[in-house]
Amino acid sequence: MNDIVEGLWQAARLVVTLDPGLAEITLRSLQVTVTATVIASAIGLPMGAWIAVNRFRLRRFAIAILNALMGLPPVVVGLIVYVLLSRSGPLGVLGLLFTPTAMIIAQVIIITPIIASISHQAIRELWADYHDLLISLHATRAQRIKTLLWDGRRALMTASLAGFGRAIGEVGAIMIVGGNIDHATRVLTTAIALETGKGDFGLALALGFVLIALAIAVNLALHMLSGTERGSRW
Amino acid sequence: MMFKTAFAALSALWLATAAGAEELKMAVTTSFANSGLAEVLLPEIQKDTGIEVQLLVVGTGQALKLGEAGDVDAVLVHAKAAEEAFVEAGNATHRREIMYNDFVVVGPAGDPAGAKAAGSASEAFALIEEAQAPFVSRGDDSGTHKAELKIWASAGIEPAGDWYKAVGQGMGAALNTAAGMDAYIFADRASWLNFDNKAGLDLLFQGDPALFNQYAYLPVNPEKHAHVKADAAKALEDWLVSDKAKGLIEGYQIGGQKLFHFNAEAM
Repeated sequence: MNDIVEGLWQAARLVVTLDPGLAEITLRSLQVTVTATVIASAIGLPMGAWIAVNRFRLRRFAIAILNALMGLPPVVVGLIVYVLLSRSGPLGVLGLLFTPTAMIIAQVIIITPIIASISHQAIRELWADYHDLLISLHATRAQRIKTLLWDGRRALMTASLAGFGRAIGEVGAIMIVGGNIDHATRVLTTAIALETGKGDFGLALALGFVLIALAIAVNLALHMLSGTERGSRW
Repeated sequence: MMFKTAFAALSALWLATAAGAEELKMAVTTSFANSGLAEVLLPEIQKDTGIEVQLLVVGTGQALKLGEAGDVDAVLVHAKAAEEAFVEAGNATHRREIMYNDFVVVGPAGDPAGAKAAGSASEAFALIEEAQAPFVSRGDDSGTHKAELKIWASAGIEPAGDWYKAVGQGMGAALNTAAGMDAYIFADRASWLNFDNKAGLDLLFQGDPALFNQYAYLPVNPEKHAHVKADAAKALEDWLVSDKAKGLIEGYQIGGQKLFHFNAEAM
């Protein structure tokens, strides 16, 4: 209990004094995870819509696989990306191992299924409502997907935020492919793991509280900017 | 429109990427990183040589693996037999001894096994085994783990049973486990002194020469991996054996205790 109180204090102190070390790893956490979320959304949202709108032979199978991939163990994803990017692996020439780019790749793999799965669910329900209208308007397949993505944008934001939430708190994969290098690939979660290892629970908890606050702040900011949940609108 | 504003705000974050000095990746052991010596040496290295050393903190086993795969430019570890095999296999051009520190036996302050009174490290281990007192082992193929196993072997004991808990984690995590279980543990002095969560643990046995822990520097062989920064690795080696490094290493203290003894020889 003492550790938690001390952690809260330390978190407040770090934030108020704008500790440069904290600012650096917090910005890197954001940089890696926001990039990963944007890329994963660019892949996952259209993929979810496409699966919802199209009927094809292995559709049910594809949906089952997508749902199962939501539970991908990050440490396994990390290991696979590591082996691929290692200098002695197939993509070694790129020299990407232990860089923020490698961390982004791992996170994209982890959260794309989540974003695709949730957006598929949302679009499917919307498609049920819009089906007759869009068909009678002779909308092309691309037009249908575009309309559905636009009109379902609030639900899709939730899909992206779910992906963001998973990625920002993830440590298993980025520890392996990033290496937790100070001033290069250290982010909030790997710093927490490091401080726990040093037995400095106060600082580890302080970083943890900063991480939670960051996740809340990003969610609030997006909701405010996109104008959801305003009193006058339902 | 609103989404665009959000994007503009977020893209401002991207400008924070630093560039500049030559980077060199070096795999080091957790015990070296936990000692805090790196925080003293790295800024000086950057000042004198312009090299930004990026540390990958892993166990000795993984550090050597990283060197073998060519994922780092140099390795600084402490497991002589494994290092010599590493050079033998052509993964490093040579092995250069830099400094040593020592291991200690830590355990519950009450010392139920009576390890404090032991005459040697292997005797202390034998007493722990006899008492079946809980003992936490790194169990991760690290240099510290290998050193621990060597002492068990010298005591003629095959450690196994309920009392012997291999956690398969770094020094810090293993110390946390020992603190939580009030168990004995074999640790390097630096990690122990820097460890904040000592709980009911105390330093019980130290000073046996069998506990000395030699660190050596291994530059990865550029003939095997053409992309490694051999020149920077050479410059770093020259710095590590310099008089300036000697002064910093010998002068480094935690709680008034000297941790590392410089013993690099001119080549």
